Amino acid sequence: MSSHDNMPEMSLYQPVQVEDAIGIATELAGRGWLVGGGQDTYGWLKDRAKTADALIDLKGIESMRGIKETADGIEIGALVTLTEITRDPIIKERYSLLAQAAGRVASPQIRNVGTLAGNVSQDVRCWYYRRGLNCYRAGGNLCYADTPEGMNREHAIFNASRCVAVTPSDTGPALVALEAQMVIQNASGQRVVPAEDFFIGPNLDIRHTTILRPGDILTAVRIPAKWANATFYFEKVADRNAWDFALVSISAAMRVNNGVIEDSRIMVGAVQATPRRLTSVEQAIRGKPRNESTANSLGNLASSDANPLNYNHFKMPLMDNLVKRAVRGQA
Amino acid sequence: MDVAPQETLAHTLRYKLGLTGTKLGCNRGECGACTVLADDVNIYACSTLTHEVKNRAVVTVEGLRAADGTLHPVQAAFIEELSPACGFCTAGQVMSAVALLKANPRPTREEARLAMSGNVCRCGAYDHYLNGVMRASGQLS
Repeated sequence: MSSHDNMPEMSLYQPVQVEDAIGIATELAGRGWLVGGGQDTYGWLKDRAKTADALIDLKGIESMRGIKETADGIEIGALVTLTEITRDPIIKERYSLLAQAAGRVASPQIRNVGTLAGNVSQDVRCWYYRRGLNCYRAGGNLCYADTPEGMNREHAIFNASRCVAVTPSDTGPALVALEAQMVIQNASGQRVVPAEDFFIGPNLDIRHTTILRPGDILTAVRIPAKWANATFYFEKVADRNAWDFALVSISAAMRVNNGVIEDSRIMVGAVQATPRRLTSVEQAIRGKPRNESTANSLGNLASSDANPLNYNHFKMPLMDNLVKRAVRGQA
Repeated sequence: MDVAPQETLAHTLRYKLGLTGTKLGCNRGECGACTVLADDVNIYACSTLTHEVKNRAVVTVEGLRAADGTLHPVQAAFIEELSPACGFCTAGQVMSAVALLKANPRPTREEARLAMSGNVCRCGAYDHYLNGVMRASGQLS
């Protein structure tokens, strides 16, 4: 398939009210394409790997901007950029896990325009799929990555179902760890969904990575006070420190009292199609001191039920080691 | 000038306005050669629609020189430090450095390294560019 320098011809809507955007998105249905920062959009279109009749640029919608305090935490507008998140004083002070995750996305220029909503809604990075091949996720009946010669070093070690792609989002696992709520609007109104249920795997729907459907707009993300000022640990391992997606990332929120872990949410990114919650680890460390000995006692608990492909066994010890670092509290 | 709905800023700059100082490397937001400023923030012109920035002040490398031809301090410092090798990434490196120094006039070398991390240099002249940034910020003489 050849590569193209130019964007394909298409229409562009630039609504300034969320109701208008919903109206346009509902009318266009599958032929419309929502654009925030656009950094996961233009590659698809330039490559002609996906098409749309019209782009719906949401950046003019003021109500989807800004970070504000609420009765129970904060609400982050869907259009808030990743750079804004890394610099926001409240997020840095109370929810530094999210600030750290946002600060490790892609590159400075991409963080300057890339939005929080876009980071959690972006499509998977499997190169076979991005190249426009007619794989399961594209509607076909074959996975090119899960074949004897398929290159699957970056792919899933858990919960693959025909498709073996992983979630590329750095902020997604952090938001699930913080028990964030996703605010979604469509023509019939607004619904609020826990971040944990926002992401969906190929076993539920192989064509989508989130519950968003044409006509839905993710307008805001709410973070409850529950984990404010908790003890956090974030680390992303990637081939390069800029641009590259995670090989494995860890986002941990812990309540530590007198050195003892009372409660925790341990999330891992890039090991399956959705952020993976390690409930077995959470249970194992509950009531234990946050130290090296507790970390070491976990062994390979996190990866013990993994199902690696030909080239990604390395993700198992990598994940186990990141879990240990999070639990002992140092790299 | 007519701008098509789907037209990228890099396309408008280079092929409609003739401002070819902004380079196109990968055209996918993966190299940084097309970096320009929009309201003093560095962005990839290849991954921005022109209509997205129609209400913003866009500055390219052509807009840095003073009216009398004096180079921008970043440009002068890059020459002094022999920062460019082949030069293809230089315009983008300059724009990222200008954005950094507007937001943070005296960055540490580590802050500068992070701020410049969205610009690839195939010649590998990264440390030379970093020296240039530190010189432009008055911390290297």
